[in-house]
Amino acid sequence: MKYIKQLTIILGISAIGEFLNFLLPLPIPASIYALGLMLLLLCTGTLKLSAVKETSALLLDAMPIMFIPAAAGIINYWDIIKPILIPCFLILIVTTVIVMAVTGITTQAIIKRKESKDNA
Amino acid sequence: MLNESAFFYTFITLAFYLICLFIHKKLRWAWFNPLLMAIVFTVIMLLAGNIEYEVYESNTKLIGYFLTPATACLAVPLYEKLSQLRKNALAILVGIFSGVITSALCIIAIAFIFKLDKALLASFLPKSVTTAIGIGVAEELGGIAALTAISIIVTGIAGNIFAETVCRVFKITNPVAIGAAIGTSSHAGGTAKAIQLGQTEGAISGLAIAVAGIMTVIVVPIFMNFI
Repeated sequence: MKYIKQLTIILGISAIGEFLNFLLPLPIPASIYALGLMLLLLCTGTLKLSAVKETSALLLDAMPIMFIPAAAGIINYWDIIKPILIPCFLILIVTTVIVMAVTGITTQAIIKRKESKDNA
Repeated sequence: MLNESAFFYTFITLAFYLICLFIHKKLRWAWFNPLLMAIVFTVIMLLAGNIEYEVYESNTKLIGYFLTPATACLAVPLYEKLSQLRKNALAILVGIFSGVITSALCIIAIAFIFKLDKALLASFLPKSVTTAIGIGVAEELGGIAALTAISIIVTGIAGNIFAETVCRVFKITNPVAIGAAIGTSSHAGGTAKAIQLGQTEGAISGLAIAVAGIMTVIVVPIFMNFI
């Protein structure tokens, strides 16, 4: 019954996330409301970690599989993508490298500044 | 016969993933990304068997059904790493924010140069965040979910492959900074590499997935409004 109880809690939180997505006029997916709500419940101690731990580990483990059906839908859009395939590929790789460098340099600079202040 | 089966397509999707995961782990082929290769096999199956995507999609709905609950469960590792976040909160948040803005600006600039239309731009903008969030954002903005899904996966693999080189070239040596850089730019795909680099790198990278995802949800629609 442990998995059933945990799944019930997780689905309940997901349903509330959906309701918030329906009711609030913001471009925020239901999953993010559900994530935020779950984190809030965990932080306030309303929800114990042990009440969701195993089932959430299982769902996170299986997460990559959940993208396969959506990604396979690419075959219906092949005509759109084919002419821009090379720019697409460049966009994806070059942007990833730039974002990685900017984030790393910024984070490191702030940590170093804080450390030298603490030592002064 | 296959098209009438309620279980075959769901079964074969799971089987493809497990086979690819097995090959990836046993042969240690870093480039053989299990998710990407499972998608490749699925596409080959659909094309070779002349199977309509709509049939495949309606018979695998159960798999996608769990995406929202699974994303909610990202709260669990986030909660477990909360103390690590508090210690370097400002640096991590500002760093991730700079990455999210850089990503949006780069993609808008390149889309402008190549004259890509708005639906394509909306599909590419959320490409650095975890798929569940990215697809949600793309759909809200009128993008193509399948294109976003593929872009996110390719981004993850690129992050996984280039993480060590980028950190070395740009002299990023602080473990917290390395984690933030990898998680922000290439979500779970890069995080798999971050975990191999060290515990702090892995934990902060995992954290950056959720934080960058939430920031993207807020920032990307604002950018779209100006275009």
